[in-house]
Amino acid sequence: MLRLPPFQLEEPKSLYAALVLLAEAKGQAMIIAGGTDLLPNLKHRLFEPKLLVSLARIEGFVGIELQEDGALVIGPMTPLAQVAASELVQERAPALAQAASLVAGPQLRTQGTLGGNVMLDTRCQWYNQTYFWRQSLGYCLKKDGTECHVVKGGQKCVAAASNDTAAPLMTLQASLCFERLNEKRELPIRDLWSSDGIWNKRCDQDELLTSIRIPAQEAGHRGAYGKLRTRESIDFPLLGIAARMTLADDGTVSDAELCGVALAARPSLVRGVSEALTGTRPGTDEFTSGLESAAQLAYKQLRPVDNVPGSAWYRREMVPVLAKRTLQAAARGDGPVHPL
Amino acid sequence: MRVLQLQVNGDTLETAAPVHWTLLEVLRYRLGLVGSKQGCDKGDCGACTVLLDGKPVLSCLTLAANAVGHEVTTIEGLAPKPETTSEPALDPIQRAFDDCGALQCGFCQPGMMLSARALLNTNAHPTRKEIQQALSGNLCRCTGYTQIVQAVETAVARVSGKTEPDCAWVAELARDRAQIDSAPNEASPSSTTPGPGAPS
Ligand SMILES: Cc1cc2nc3c(=O)[nH]c(=O)nc-3n(C[C@H](O)[C@H](O)[C@H](O)COP(=O)(O)OP(=O)(O)OC[C@H]3O[C@@H](n4cnc5c(N)ncnc54)[C@H](O)[C@@H]3O)c2cc1C
Ligand code: SF4
Ligand code: FES
Ligand code: FES
Repeated sequence: MLRLPPFQLEEPKSLYAALVLLAEAKGQAMIIAGGTDLLPNLKHRLFEPKLLVSLARIEGFVGIELQEDGALVIGPMTPLAQVAASELVQERAPALAQAASLVAGPQLRTQGTLGGNVMLDTRCQWYNQTYFWRQSLGYCLKKDGTECHVVKGGQKCVAAASNDTAAPLMTLQASLCFERLNEKRELPIRDLWSSDGIWNKRCDQDELLTSIRIPAQEAGHRGAYGKLRTRESIDFPLLGIAARMTLADDGTVSDAELCGVALAARPSLVRGVSEALTGTRPGTDEFTSGLESAAQLAYKQLRPVDNVPGSAWYRREMVPVLAKRTLQAAARGDGPVHPL
Repeated sequence: MRVLQLQVNGDTLETAAPVHWTLLEVLRYRLGLVGSKQGCDKGDCGACTVLLDGKPVLSCLTLAANAVGHEVTTIEGLAPKPETTSEPALDPIQRAFDDCGALQCGFCQPGMMLSARALLNTNAHPTRKEIQQALSGNLCRCTGYTQIVQAVETAVARVSGKTEPDCAWVAELARDRAQIDSAPNEASPSSTTPGPGAPS
């Protein structure tokens, strides 16, 4: 039995009421969306908030809207199952729909939200454990301790961003709207992450994510997501790769991009992928050799460390394999690259 | 402590519990509905699955307070209430799980059957892959899953009046039943009736 620690709970019905509660709590409150990550973390005593502000009853936080300019605006409390099943998302941002469909298992996708997935805490095999387990180990830098068990002697936490949707949202150049009482700002998702595993986001813990905007993609947009995990039915990623590709009218690649997740504290874009593939036509030898180059770029740049379960060596060797397969899936217009 | 008015299995139930209690804790330790199992208590196993407005959720990761205003269905409420039906009081999924021997220790069953019910509510004719996907958040340490999937297929086939899928247990059971039915009725009804809700 894993009990939750005592806390106060507020369930505001409006955004304004939520912002007031968060402002009054002066950093002592935490936001709870679907609770599928926060509640296990509380059960493990990783956080000790006095107050939880639940977003569950806020009006207008669920939904996927197509705007006149072709952008998709998704409410933060939209369940992942709804994102995965949405025809709008499948058509306009296929890699996001695929990644959402591979988060955890069906119950968790009913409860878990896109906002909660973007704002997910980083994960590490030495950290996401019960209090008893962590105490026996002597804790670690991220919570209650002074040393890192991944990088011996290291003074920086390298726990992994393990949110599947982060990788496609990066390639789609999503932008996030954050609000605080009397304060509102747009942040490109590419500027959200930092390399500090203790808190890997460039926003404050009491800033509320109020919408996720995916700009209209170019005509000929293709996308796919590939995921490696231990149990295909439920586990967090050992490695996740999102691919984006644009095909010109003549069928040749005019742009391409890769982003990896579950490596270190932030999702990483691979440099040089577009150059490797632009001008090639899927199905030709040039395309195949472009894929090889892109996979090698990914291999050089994406370096998993021993933060999440599964050996870092195996995860690294799988980088080029998954990179290539995910790009191929994007070119074909299918995916996800995952057995289930 | 907070007073909670919950809609559970068609009834309105009132209880009081600390706000940091999960729905699973309130169901089991306040309302006495112990059919929902406390397995891992952290989202991994699916033994605590209940339906919230018809959709499967994990009650170990749902705050009880968040469930107020929603319809909760637990395994105790899966079968139609006896007064609302003249049929045996079991959901076709329960009947098929029994017939197919889709269980050993039974710990995963409540969650399995509720996930299966949620699937059939939105998809009356799922493929085997769709069944496997719908049950992928429910772990079973005993059965190896084959008979569980067969049970769901059997329930689907029976409800739609199609030929039953190839489930060895079902065929055997049908033979046993036929034998019992054709035998002269010597035993008293109580000793031949397997339990409440069994077909006559
Ligand atoms: C067994 C298991 C397997 C899982 N597998 C995966 C997996 O494969 N991939 C994956 O990505 N995740 C996985 N998860 C984690 C989780 O289910 C998902 O990431 C889910 O999307 C989290 O969303 P939520 O609404 O439940 O977030 P919550 O748990 O409510 O919140 C998560 C964090 O985000 C913050 N937050 C939430 N909403 C907002 C907001 N609007 N503004 C600001 N901050 C906010 C919270 O304060 C909290 O810190 C798994 C969880 C479990 C228990
Ligand atoms: S990376 Fe190091 S400091 Fe960070 S959670 Fe893991 S063990 Fe702790
Ligand atoms: S007890 Fe809830 S998922 Fe295991
Ligand atoms: S029957 Fe024992 S866990 Fe499934």
